[in-house]
Amino acid sequence: MDKTWNNKAWFMVLPVLVLVAFNAIIPLMTVVNYSVQETFGNNLFFFEGVKWFQEVLNSPRFHASLLRQVAFTGLILLIEVPLGVAVALAMPRSGPWVAVCLVLMSLPLLIPWNVVGAMWNIFALPDIGLLGYVINAMGISYNFTSQPLSAWFTVVLMDVWHWTSLVVLLAYAGLVSIPDAYYQAAKIDGASRWSVFRFIQLPKMKRVLTIAVLLRFMDSFMVYTEPFVLTGGGPGNATTFLSIDLVKAALGEFNLGIAAAMSIIYFLMTLLMSWLFYTLMTQSEAEG
Amino acid sequence: MDLSWMAWTWQTATFFGVILLLLVGMTVWEWASPGGAPRHGILGLDTTRGDRLFISLLGSAYIHLAWLGLVGPNLWWALALSIVYAIGVFRFV
Repeated sequence: MDKTWNNKAWFMVLPVLVLVAFNAIIPLMTVVNYSVQETFGNNLFFFEGVKWFQEVLNSPRFHASLLRQVAFTGLILLIEVPLGVAVALAMPRSGPWVAVCLVLMSLPLLIPWNVVGAMWNIFALPDIGLLGYVINAMGISYNFTSQPLSAWFTVVLMDVWHWTSLVVLLAYAGLVSIPDAYYQAAKIDGASRWSVFRFIQLPKMKRVLTIAVLLRFMDSFMVYTEPFVLTGGGPGNATTFLSIDLVKAALGEFNLGIAAAMSIIYFLMTLLMSWLFYTLMTQSEAEG
Repeated sequence: MDLSWMAWTWQTATFFGVILLLLVGMTVWEWASPGGAPRHGILGLDTTRGDRLFISLLGSAYIHLAWLGLVGPNLWWALALSIVYAIGVFRFV
């Protein structure tokens, strides 16, 4: 049967289009306009062409913050995804503990980002914070305000604490949707625990895990509030990720042209990754 | 309506004008030949005309950035390369 096409339905998306235009497209156009100009304030602009883009692309500072960003994102994905799946596998599928586990898992997600940063700042202080005190008491020198390695450890640990729950909840949703018949068939075949995971649970979780990786990639690649509140990008520039560097350039140094060029490059990177994930997801859906 | 806060230049206005024209052109194309011409291209992806435009524009942005970073600020060759790339995408992807 032929599908009925009703083009009047397009009018239904008009409000969304207007909203997106005002909160995304018009600001983005302004950023593009800023990226090719120099300003000293007072709404006076001087055309500079692609100078800021060239400066950003050849800037060691940008390369360093991009590298830190990629390292941070890679690290937290490597930790959070397997850990999230492991926790989801360990959670009960039925009984009263399901609700308890789900509530416990949801709690970190409900805490505002700046509060998470402030909490971990106090928690990890070497003199009065429990984490800092315990690590130092174990004989390990730890001070996230002065040692880059300690700062990285704390920022990564904080992110893992805050966001692994999201992966857990998504993986758990994938796990509970697997019909019992699959497990019964595996039992009859005498499949090992690993085989059940590899050939039943993992393929069934593929879609939700792709969403989890996409969400965690996007969030961690644009992370700002938590590391900013925790370390302010320091010590030195050790935890200055792209977004922190961008805000420093735009608001701290008032280099609007450079900040705009950085924003566009940053935007293109997230756009490419989103497209790749989206394509991966929709193509595998079409095949499976 | 005062749009001076958006700091427009004729160059950026032309850029957005071209994007707008492309979108209008795609709409007319879709109206003339509905369905989006879906196909399975050489990358093994199922794409429609809109997907191919998106891949072309995103790829062109990267071609320009790469040219700027590796070669220099004269972007006419990058533009020519992008057009060739876009034709390739619309033909084969």
